[in-house]
Amino acid sequence: MSEPADLPAWSLPAGAGERISIGVDWPEQVTRDWAFGEATGKGVRVCILDSGIEAGHPQVGSVEGAVAFHRGQDEEIERVDDTEGDLCGHGTACAGIVRSLAPECDLYSARVLGAGFKGSGPVLLEGLRWAVEEGFDVINMSLSTTKRQFAELLHELADKAYFNNTVLVASAHNMPVESYPWRFSSVISVGSHEEADPMTFFYNPSPPVEFFARGVGVEIAWLGGGTILSTGNSFATPHMSAICALVLSKHPELTPFQLKSVLYLTANNVGGGR
Amino acid sequence: MSDLRAAVAAGALGSEESYRELLQSIVEVARAIFGARASSVFLHDDETDELVFEAVAGEGAGELVGQRFPSSTGIAGWVLVTRQPLVVDELDKDQRFAREAAESTGFVPKGLMAAPLLHEDRALGVIEVLDRPQQSAFSLAEMELLGLFANEAAIALDLLQKARSARTVLEEEGGDAAALARFAARLDEAEPEKREAAIQLLDALGRLLRER
Repeated sequence: MSEPADLPAWSLPAGAGERISIGVDWPEQVTRDWAFGEATGKGVRVCILDSGIEAGHPQVGSVEGAVAFHRGQDEEIERVDDTEGDLCGHGTACAGIVRSLAPECDLYSARVLGAGFKGSGPVLLEGLRWAVEEGFDVINMSLSTTKRQFAELLHELADKAYFNNTVLVASAHNMPVESYPWRFSSVISVGSHEEADPMTFFYNPSPPVEFFARGVGVEIAWLGGGTILSTGNSFATPHMSAICALVLSKHPELTPFQLKSVLYLTANNVGGGR
Repeated sequence: MSDLRAAVAAGALGSEESYRELLQSIVEVARAIFGARASSVFLHDDETDELVFEAVAGEGAGELVGQRFPSSTGIAGWVLVTRQPLVVDELDKDQRFAREAAESTGFVPKGLMAAPLLHEDRALGVIEVLDRPQQSAFSLAEMELLGLFANEAAIALDLLQKARSARTVLEEEGGDAAALARFAARLDEAEPEKREAAIQLLDALGRLLRER
């Protein structure tokens, strides 16, 4: 969504207000029906930044593209087409949740986990940089780093995504530690609630965790085609990513700021899930 | 020099065993509180990029300590690389997992809960709690409780690592560092009057070295 060249970027001349009128036809009351009623996620590109995706898993279906990042010689981070799928299962589980709620979205995989723990920070950063530059509509990050040395770069990438109309959805920590990128205000951070309905989500009036989505007793895709029950913010996050994909498939013009407002207005504890 | 200071400060000789006992006691308490069949702490070995069983309570205690596996595999690996606590239930449904678990640990858990051990900005390892025959699935409140244990275990693991690196320094540097560490250990054991006298002597020695 690039802006027409004649629009002001840094200041607004007198009488130019009309030139930047926003095209969204906002209803008097934002309801779930307006926000994502009948939506399927069609046309929305969701990138799972994780351990890869097992393509063809019954819970996942087709994957439109998959790349893997790893440390090459000289510590350079290399990007290659991913032919291995998912080595540990975490990314497949996230993809399956997104698919279950947004059945027609386009899933992409960027594998940044699975090649060992050591040196995983730079790999994660490079994967995120690529995903932001690719301009995905939604990036699911069911992971975080505690390394302060990466915080500034992650912050820059999160802000870049925000202004490029890419929604970064990141798992929060339920432990008293500093970790990133979920703490940044330009991302949508997600913790867990214990309700069973996958479309139930809450806005948290006490941030930094901004939203709570279903994260307890979730049936997740498991390597080898099966499913298993699991709990954790890792799985609350793709619920929120999928809800973002639904809203964006119906309202592709929304910016991350506007999308977050829609999520706020339709949260179960705000609009009462109306 | 900071390694040398660490060596002396840790009171080096003997502290490693104490921290190991502390870690063991943390998994014993975690197992008891959760009513679990087993609980373990894994340390991430930075040199080999593997996870190592460092302390085990319940099933597998005695045999598992010291066993290793690649750092990003298994559920402990997920937790380490994503730094996200996690619960997995119905593990026994998965034939492959069941076989692998049985081969490596001797029993197949039905469910497990795991949390990363985070200290300052480092991820040091993972704590796991396995199976609670008498109770229902793990809840969010229990995950938070495990987070508290994880915090405790992370501190113990950090101390254990420091004590180990102190020992390595002593072994490698031999003479000077070992002499200082022995002195620190003796000082620690000494009667109060003797300790005071020793410190006075040490202060005098320090002044003498400065005058040089």
